[in-house]
Amino acid sequence: MRYGNHGMMVYILRRLLWVVPVILGVSTLVFFFIHLIPGDPVELMLGESAEPADKEALREELGLNKPILYQYAHFLGGLFRGDLGRSLHTHKPVVETLLSRFPATLELTITALCVAVLIAIPVGVVAATRQYSFIDNSSMFLALFGVSMPNFWLGPMLIILFSINLGWLPVSGKGGWEHLVLPAITLGMAMAAILTRMTRSSVLEVIHEDYIRTARAKGLRESRVIFKHALRNALIPVITLLGLQFGALLSGAVITETIFAWPGIGRLTIEAINKRDYPLVQGCVLTISLSYVLVNLLVDLVYSLVDPRIKYEK
Amino acid sequence: MIIILLIFIAVFAPVLAPYDPVDQKIEEGLNPPSSEHPFGQDRLGRDILSRIIYGSRISLWVGISTVSVSLTLGLIVGSLAGYYGGPIDNLFMRIIDILLAFPGILLAIAMVAILGPSLNHVILALCLIGWVGYARIVRGQVLFLREYEYVAAAKAVGAGSLRIIARHIVPNLLAPVLVEATFGMAGAVLAEAGLSFLGLGTQPPTPSWGAMLNEGRPFLLVAPHLTTFPGLAIMLVVLSFNFLGDGLRDMLDVKA
Repeated sequence: MRYGNHGMMVYILRRLLWVVPVILGVSTLVFFFIHLIPGDPVELMLGESAEPADKEALREELGLNKPILYQYAHFLGGLFRGDLGRSLHTHKPVVETLLSRFPATLELTITALCVAVLIAIPVGVVAATRQYSFIDNSSMFLALFGVSMPNFWLGPMLIILFSINLGWLPVSGKGGWEHLVLPAITLGMAMAAILTRMTRSSVLEVIHEDYIRTARAKGLRESRVIFKHALRNALIPVITLLGLQFGALLSGAVITETIFAWPGIGRLTIEAINKRDYPLVQGCVLTISLSYVLVNLLVDLVYSLVDPRIKYEK
Repeated sequence: MIIILLIFIAVFAPVLAPYDPVDQKIEEGLNPPSSEHPFGQDRLGRDILSRIIYGSRISLWVGISTVSVSLTLGLIVGSLAGYYGGPIDNLFMRIIDILLAFPGILLAIAMVAILGPSLNHVILALCLIGWVGYARIVRGQVLFLREYEYVAAAKAVGAGSLRIIARHIVPNLLAPVLVEATFGMAGAVLAEAGLSFLGLGTQPPTPSWGAMLNEGRPFLLVAPHLTTFPGLAIMLVVLSFNFLGDGLRDMLDVKA
């Protein structure tokens, strides 16, 4: 490694430390969401006709009658203790609700990720190894098609085809694996398209390198050259993109879960928005953003371990 | 071609639309495509083709306004950060890092949820997220361009910093910004449709493609044409901007 293990440790430590201000920044923005509401947030939550006593009680509960800095410190303290307040509708702790819904989102996003990778890597490799062929051109056209297809349209179209016309898969809800198929394809399709393009260009860049020519010159089979030598290096930028795209998957889950009535955090966000349940909205946004930050951190760390060419700036 | 067609349709919508997009004929609700109504009628008997034609105005308006505001903001922030460096650069980059820590559309959803559902709030939210991408690209380009001899020459003849940025640096970084702006148009059209689909964007009865999809969702079993046609319109327009972006990137030799 270029700067040895010490350099890598410093890099990892610095990357870990950088998460602290980012999480603080994200939390601050989320906190100020409620305070950005034009007018009286309590009135917005309860409606204009609410009893003054109820308004006062909610103001007291949310701490809105205290100075803003006190409220901010209280919010951060709560966050540190894992307390995000209570839902205005169910009166359950927000964290409890989030924890009960998070596994469903995780199940959906991870399956969508698998769908994307299983489509993208083989198609990307085949397209690159047969550059400018019919397969290459058509797969790249389909990939552009996939990037442009809104998931809120693809979902209903898949429902029409596979659930209504063919009757193969359930329309919505959560149950066995068959309930997961359509939402995972809907959510993973755009990512599959982006990853296919990335895999193709990355493999293309690598297969013109000297070490690939050497591998071929030693008489290795083409499949071994591609899978053992080219793909291992070509996948590094693909891994980075996977991390970056995870955020898109989490955002996409908001729409996909709404279409398929999937009981995850995405649908919870929209339910909370529709009910003006601001503490819950705050909790949902914070959870999704924190997951995004942590996945990106994980990808960066894996990336630094996988690719010995990374320079760890001193 | 499709983009030119989109602009033409949006500009001449009142002439091209066969019916008034908000004109209701409840007794004809959910009628399938026919010769009078090629794309069929929605729940309230409104002509879907006319609503798609008028909806193109919303998509185009959101795309143009979001991209122009975000691009201008991104150009200003990116050039100042890249040219001056130091604390200004540090401050802007940290703000950008924090904004990038949010999945973009989620931030828009949260903002619109707080500010209230409306098209203007969607545009505002998309601009507040959108400038970050341009700022990063511009900053990177400025860092690279400011080391060129012609910039040193301009400094030597006494040109001021703002003049150097505006006259000598910005014109040379327009290629990657133009490519990004084309993809930005596709992203803005998609984001507006997505937010309207969630009921957070354009409000009824104004025709918006995303809102039309949302209105058609409960009738998926009985009237799939309600969702099929607006979705096709969104995909066609987004695909065209993505194609244009790809083409421009190859033509202007911009690295992805």
